[in-house]
Parts: sequence; C-alpha cells; structure tokens
Amino acid sequence: MDNDIKNWYLSNFKTFESTLNGSGKTAFERVRRGAITSFSELGFPTTKNEDWKYTNVSPILKHKYNLADGTPSVSPDLIKQLTFEDVDACVITQVNGQVIPGFSDEFKQDGVIVTDFQDAFKNHADLLNTYLGKYSKFKDESFIALNTAFVENGIFIFVPDNTTVEQTIHILHLSDGAFVSHPRNLFVVGKHSSVKIIETFYAQSEEEYFRNSVSEVVLAENAFIDHLKVQDESKKSYHISNVQIHQEASSNYSATCIDLGGKLVRNNINVVLNNENCETHLYGFFLGTGTQLIDNHTFVDHAMPHCFSNELYKGILDDKSTGVFNGKIIVRPDAQKTNALQSNKTLLLSDDASINAKPQLEIFADDVKCTHGATIGQLDDEALFYLRARGIDKEMANALLRHAFMSDVLENIKDESLRKQLDDLVIERFTEKE
Amino acid sequence: MLKIKNLEAAIGGNQILRGVNLEVNPGEVHAIMGPNGGGKSTLANILAGREEYEVLSGSVEYLGKDLLDMAPEERAHEGVFLAFQYPVEIPGVSMSNFLKMALNQMREAKGLEALDAMEFFGLVREKLKLVKMDEKFLSRSLNVGFSGGEKKRNEIFQMAILEPKLSILDETDSGLDIDALKIVSDGVNMLKTKDTATIVVTHYQRLLNYIVPDFVHVLIDGRIVKSGGKELAFELEEKGYDWIKEEMSAVA
Repeated sequence: MDNDIKNWYLSNFKTFESTLNGSGKTAFERVRRGAITSFSELGFPTTKNEDWKYTNVSPILKHKYNLADGTPSVSPDLIKQLTFEDVDACVITQVNGQVIPGFSDEFKQDGVIVTDFQDAFKNHADLLNTYLGKYSKFKDESFIALNTAFVENGIFIFVPDNTTVEQTIHILHLSDGAFVSHPRNLFVVGKHSSVKIIETFYAQSEEEYFRNSVSEVVLAENAFIDHLKVQDESKKSYHISNVQIHQEASSNYSATCIDLGGKLVRNNINVVLNNENCETHLYGFFLGTGTQLIDNHTFVDHAMPHCFSNELYKGILDDKSTGVFNGKIIVRPDAQKTNALQSNKTLLLSDDASINAKPQLEIFADDVKCTHGATIGQLDDEALFYLRARGIDKEMANALLRHAFMSDVLENIKDESLRKQLDDLVIERFTEKE
Repeated sequence: MLKIKNLEAAIGGNQILRGVNLEVNPGEVHAIMGPNGGGKSTLANILAGREEYEVLSGSVEYLGKDLLDMAPEERAHEGVFLAFQYPVEIPGVSMSNFLKMALNQMREAKGLEALDAMEFFGLVREKLKLVKMDEKFLSRSLNVGFSGGEKKRNEIFQMAILEPKLSILDETDSGLDIDALKIVSDGVNMLKTKDTATIVVTHYQRLLNYIVPDFVHVLIDGRIVKSGGKELAFELEEKGYDWIKEEMSAVA
C-alpha cells in the first residue's frame, strides 16, 4: 500500500508540474525537483522510525487526495466569525493553501513585504531564492519534502532591518472539500525588527482532508517574533505542520501553539539557536477528545553559548484520545551558559486516554542549566467539590478547572483582548458535548 | 428546616455515622462537638453532598425536600452552605471569576438576572468589609497562598455573598488566632437572621464564646450521645469527653 500511495503523490506531482507553465522555470524549480526526489527516496514514515514511534500516519495514507482545483467558496460571515475582534490585524485568507485576494487585506507599511509567493517569485525573486527551502530539511523529512515539491502559493513576510511592524499579520487557513494542501510560509525578520503573526486553521465544514504545512522562520540579530497558532481543524482531518526557526544573536522567538481540532495532528517545531544571547519561548496547549491523536515534537538546538530556551506544554485528554509530547534539547559543546527549561503536564480525564511523554536532553557542554519535568494527573476531586458546593454546576466546574490547568499557557498572550477571546474559545470547547 | 433521621454513613467501607438524629429550626444555632474521629466532619460533608461518602441508611429532609437526592450545586442553590475545614487552593481560578460564576449560577437557579459588573463589584466590596479583607484578594487565585486565617475569612466572605439559609461551619475556628476568630464570628453573627440556621462543628468551646449556640450536641462514635444548652459546652471544655463515654458505657 505504501508504494501505491507514494506513487499517487508522485504522479500528482507530475500533473502539478505541468500546470506550472512558465512559473516553473524559476530558480526554485531545482529545489522542487530535489524535494520530490527526496520524497521518493524517503517514502512516508512508519512507526519503526523513532520520531514516529507513537504516531502512525497510515490513516492519512488510506486516502488518495487530489490538490484542490477550481475556485473555492468562502463565506464572508465565516471570515468575520474567525477573525479576532479588537485586534488590529491584516488578515490574509487562504483556502486549501491558495490565497483568496477578495478576502485578504492589503498590507501597507513602507519596506515591509507581506505577499503571496506568486507575487514574490515575480517581484522579490532574489529574496525568495535566498531563503526559501534553505532552512526546512526536506532531505530528512518526507512531509517537508512533499510540501516543498508542491510549493506554489505560500505567504512571504519580509521585515527589513530596524522596523517594527505595527499591525498583527493574521493568516487564516481554511479548507474547502476533501483535498490535500501544502501551505507554506516564509517569514524573514531583519535586524532590530519585530512582528506579530497569528495563524489559525479552520475547516469550512466537517470534512476529511489533509493539510501539510511548512513554515520557515528566520530571525536576524535582535529580531523579535511573536507567533500564535490556533489549530481548530475538522475532527476528521489530518494536520501535519513543520515549523523551522533559525535565530541569530540576541533574537527572541516566542510561540504559542493551541491544538483543538484534527483527527491526527503532528506538530514539529525545530529551533536552531545559531548565535549568542538568543531567547526562545515555546508554549503549547492541546485538547484531545474522541479518538483524536495530537503529537507535539519540539527540538531546540542550543548551538551557541548564553542562550535561553523555555518550553511549557500542557494537554488535556479525554475519551479515547492520545497525546504525544517529545521535547528534544541538544546543548552542543560550544553552548556554555545555556539555560534550558522544559515542562510538560497532562491531565487524563478518562481511563482510555493516554499520553506518551518523552523529554530528550542531550547535553555536551559542562556549564549549563537544564531542567525538565513531565507530570500526568487527573482533575482534583476536592477542587471540583469545592466549586460545586458553591453552586457552580458540575459541567461548569469541570470547565473552570480545565481552564485553570491550562491558563499559564494562555497567560503568555500579551494582547488582552486576544487572550480573552482564546479563553472563551477553550472554555466553549470544555463545556461542549461530543 | 433540617431533619436528620437515623443517618448511617461510611467512607471507604468504614462506617462512621451510626444513626444520627438532629432537628434544626430557622433562627437556631446548633453546635456539634466531640472528639476527633467521632463523625463531626463526616456529617458536615454529607450535608453538603460530598460524593465520597456512602449513605447506608436514614434520611435528611431539608425545607421539605430530600436533601440526599440533590447534587452539591443544587443544595447550594437551595441555600445550604458549608464553610470548609480545609478550603481548597485552586491555581488559575481567580477569586472574582469564581465569585461571579457562583453568584450568577445561584441567581439563575432562583430565576434572577445575572448581576452586571458594577452591581457585582458593589456587592463584593460591601461584603469584603465584613471580613476585613482587602480588594486585592479578588485578583488572586482562589485560596492560593492565603494564610490559614485568610482562608477561613474567605469562607465567611463567600457565605456573605451567597446568603445561605443553612450554614455549616466545619471547624472554622481551628488554626485561627484570636483576632481572626473575632472577625470570623462577627461575620457569622451579622449574617444570622431569624430565618437562617447555623450548625457549628467544633472541637473547642472557644468559638462558642463568640457564636453562642442555642443547642450543643456531642457526637461520639457516630452517634449524638448527649444534647444540651450552651452550658454543656463549658462542661465539656472543663471535663473533656471521657465522662460522657463513661455515662454511655454505664447505660450500656
């Protein structure tokens, strides 16, 4: 079966390539070819692969998904509903990985580029070719290889040196129909510059589809990125996400990753701290119900001294859901005075829910401070009774305690209005019946 | 208001209550005293609806309804309030959110509109004064990092907000210094009306100097073995519980 589905994607690629017309002749074409060759060699991972030990991707491989064609439908009411109130944001809407100009705001700040790849290949080809595909390791990871081969219409954000981007950039990913899509982002932030980016993933209907997303994030010296991801896909869908972050000296990358939807979800977040005094914050929350599988793999590579990384992942798993947390930290021999913190806490609300938690520290320097901890627990019955004894009904008391458990993840969202809306979203999920 | 008949109950297979009978009327204050392990806290927790306790037999009627048939939150809505012996610390739940939710669910159950932010904070400020608590407590997580005395004052503060008909104070005096004890008892006394009743569960007579009971009951080995007026509390303070046990064995 594996070869069969691999061949399906390879033949998909042939069709895709033939539709590229003239745009296929760009310098990126070589990267695309390299990527499809890598994919062909790698095939899809199996549970024999250590990185995929707890996550069996075979459900995804049972479907022969096509790339979306034709014009997707978008509901304006839905867009309004899915954007955040009182947050000054430039909203870019993508459906099945295609930017929909009619539902995307034009970004206006001198020198800052916020555009799609089609435009970028035409007007910013040098920049794009300098960065695109240079950070995500498609030679090692087949989902990245597949995405890279199909790169067509991603989002390119480029912030020049010494620039503070005032508006938040909100990329709204929607789906329409049972297709495969390969959303791609390239964010490049120059020296002493900063930007806030929100990415949200939703389904327009409860359908089966496969979203295979890749982001490359590059921070120059003293650059600052605040990156929020809210994944609330259809409960029948497959979501694979690879985010590769490259940090130069004194840069600061802060990410909050909230996973609520999806049938099978895998997030890989890889951070390379390539120079001194970098700071990285990775916060995550995942909520599993039904038979959802949510897998978070993080990898922080401390290559240089005096860097600080801080990681907090919290999960709540109910019904027959499964969670995976694999937090890898490497401290390389040069990376003295590294300070790396990692914490992973999970609440299991049912006997059939399970979590595979694996901190993985590889330390090759001797003057470092690294701590990690993983805890697994249940809701506190004493606390539940206390709330109920004050007249708060069982369902709401449960929701309140679950929200309390994960609140230190959301606390890191500095925009109060945004945080409040995310608070409301998760509380709504906690009180929702399957 | 409250009629407990032949109540027998167990926890984890161990029988604690062995036939408790008690009747409480509006306007009355009942003290339940007794040595540790006698069943005082068990009785208090069963009245509030703690699910870990198993009722083996007997009945509890509250305002004409079967109390044992009600969920803890329904009991609260009907006016039963337990001031916890050990108030639970709940990180991540702020005092103000907790109070607003508790109060508004209570109001909803009574068919009343939820309070708006202004009304809510007006009420909260007024009641904070009653227990001499600072407003800054409102933004803190529920009971987290509160001293023993602050936790107990917080219980009385919640009682003031929720205005129960039947208040059960479970060893509210334990661990309190004399100043906190006065604040707590003043609070309880101010909330008392002719329509409300209070059950004070305590190990010591000290609290009863401030919250004066109409009746004192002695709970030993799961039974109320002696009842009397407030003077019984002084006698217990002076002589301990052994003489009652001797009386019991003499009768047996």
